[in-house]
Amino acid sequence: MSSNSSAPLLEVEGLKKHYDVKGGLFKPDATVKAMDGVSFKLERGKTLAVVGESGCGKSTLARVLTMIETPTDGALRFDGEDILSLGKDAAKVLRQKIQIIFQNPYGSLNPRKKVGSILEEPLIINTDISKEDRKQKSLAILQKVGLRPEHYDRYPHMFSGGQRQRIAIARSLMLDPKVVVADEPVSALDVSVQAQVLNLMMDLQQDMGLSYVFISHDLSVVEHIADDVMVMYLGKAVEYGRSEDVFSNPQHPYTQALLSSTPRLNPEHRREKIKLEGELPSPLNPPSGCAFHARCRFARDQCHKEQPQLLDAKSGKVACFAVEQAWSFD
Amino acid sequence: MELLEVKNLCVEFGSEENPFRAVDQVGYTVSRGEVVGIVGESGSGKSVSSLSIMGLIDYPGRVTADSMLFNGQDLQKLSDKERRKITGADIAMIFQEPMSSLNPCYTVEFQISEALKIHQGGTRKWRRERVIELLEQVGIPDPKSRLSNYPHQLSGGMSQRVMIAMAIACEPILLIADEPTTALDVTIQAQIMDLLLDLQKQKNMGLVLITHDLALVAEAADRVIVMYAGQVVESGPAEELFSTPKHPYTQALLRSLPESSVGQDRLDALPGVVPGAFDRPTGCMLSPRCAYATERCHNEQPHIQGDKIRQVRCFTPLDANGEPVQ
Repeated sequence: MSSNSSAPLLEVEGLKKHYDVKGGLFKPDATVKAMDGVSFKLERGKTLAVVGESGCGKSTLARVLTMIETPTDGALRFDGEDILSLGKDAAKVLRQKIQIIFQNPYGSLNPRKKVGSILEEPLIINTDISKEDRKQKSLAILQKVGLRPEHYDRYPHMFSGGQRQRIAIARSLMLDPKVVVADEPVSALDVSVQAQVLNLMMDLQQDMGLSYVFISHDLSVVEHIADDVMVMYLGKAVEYGRSEDVFSNPQHPYTQALLSSTPRLNPEHRREKIKLEGELPSPLNPPSGCAFHARCRFARDQCHKEQPQLLDAKSGKVACFAVEQAWSFD
Repeated sequence: MELLEVKNLCVEFGSEENPFRAVDQVGYTVSRGEVVGIVGESGSGKSVSSLSIMGLIDYPGRVTADSMLFNGQDLQKLSDKERRKITGADIAMIFQEPMSSLNPCYTVEFQISEALKIHQGGTRKWRRERVIELLEQVGIPDPKSRLSNYPHQLSGGMSQRVMIAMAIACEPILLIADEPTTALDVTIQAQIMDLLLDLQKQKNMGLVLITHDLALVAEAADRVIVMYAGQVVESGPAEELFSTPKHPYTQALLRSLPESSVGQDRLDALPGVVPGAFDRPTGCMLSPRCAYATERCHNEQPHIQGDKIRQVRCFTPLDANGEPVQ
């Protein structure tokens, strides 16, 4: 395997995932464009956050990145190497380097298996190290995520939500991955526990030099943990840039609305509320032109007809005609 | 007069000899036109305490209270029949998950008019008009076409609007909203909160807003009650409570929010977890997790103290600088 240190660790170009839906007897078959042309670069040791409402394709992205599903189209490069063109065996080695933490720790751990065997399963499948070494490794990782050696022989139901998520994190680290895709890792947890798990994730990133793709709908968490942010709407990225820029100066009207509707504790941090009418359109029947036009306060004729492209803006990239052509609003 | 006045409310589950107190000596008041937020993590008893006001705690749960006055009437002293007249009409509740709280077998019209039929009667035609009017009030476009819809045909935000329509059908004066926006996306959450607060102002209702989202409460509520392990640990006016918390738990919760540690690498996490049914500590419930705990905290339970406006359950409440007063 060649390692190209100048290339970004993970590079994604025009990634698409379409699902065919059978219409049944009376309706024609249809295609759901769950993810429709997503591109980004993830640098070593950095965190990219993917933000959006339910149905915008962020979990599909996670599944495609970890090769649980094969994309319909697009390129996926890890360390400069195109994963999708590799043979089965080479892909199997590469996919060890990209691991995932699932959303709900109550659903993602097998209740019939002890913590030890949950952690060792990836080792049994992917490596041929001895039983003794496997146990040593599990115990070392358990300690790293803040659990005790005696937890090795327990079942998942004996743990609280925060501890379970620690086990899920430990499992994702068993194969020494380079990239960890975290799909809403803290949204099922209480506030005080959420902070513990976020701290753990940041510590592990420093210790092990991990890169995260952090998928979340909670903007205050994202603001804290992310280096880069990508905002998605109906399968497409609408804004992509450095975290500070996106949060201090959101440019796409959807990002602006999203930020303004997030409740804030401190009255000084509150933004003027931008009310969004209506709901996320169905990906089965997406609107023509810009997907956001029906809810957008700036929409003009052009937005109904043409699709804006993700282009360079003052900072980062934005897919919006209003930004592209610098429409003025009074 | 207060709209709702609860004193010393306890809810117990399990055996008589070794009961588990899900709600422990909770007391609060709600006046007309006031928004009271109840915050706490899961397992803090915030939902159970409001369910007991609605009379929805069944055997083997046991509800006891010194008084549970609604509009001057003690709810505990009423017969079941009299109580049913009040709940659903004068006191209404919005439940957490709109998708699973609606009955999948009945249409939207049936479910909303059910409450109308029981409490107000009227002709079928009148009820249908009233349902359309209600759906319009909660901002559902083209309400007539929605009447014959089943819950699975509605999105999450829509279902929550239907739940709200159902709750306000009989013009309640007290509305209890249990995590009304937890299952919804942020932009939809903002829409639903706007709607709830608008309705609350319009009809001058008392609103009890139960949630785990501190920022949401900070924006919406007039007064806030913080619960931990079944007890009220602190209560007071929203602004004051969030700017100068007096209880170490409130302080720790606020500090653990990412918003509070802007520019820092780490979040100020509160160690440990909320105690469950079998590992409740002796003494103060927070003592194993509290940064300021003393010998006394581990052995003795503090009582809630303070005036009517600001109360705190701690031996050494925090001062304006966030340090404990000895």
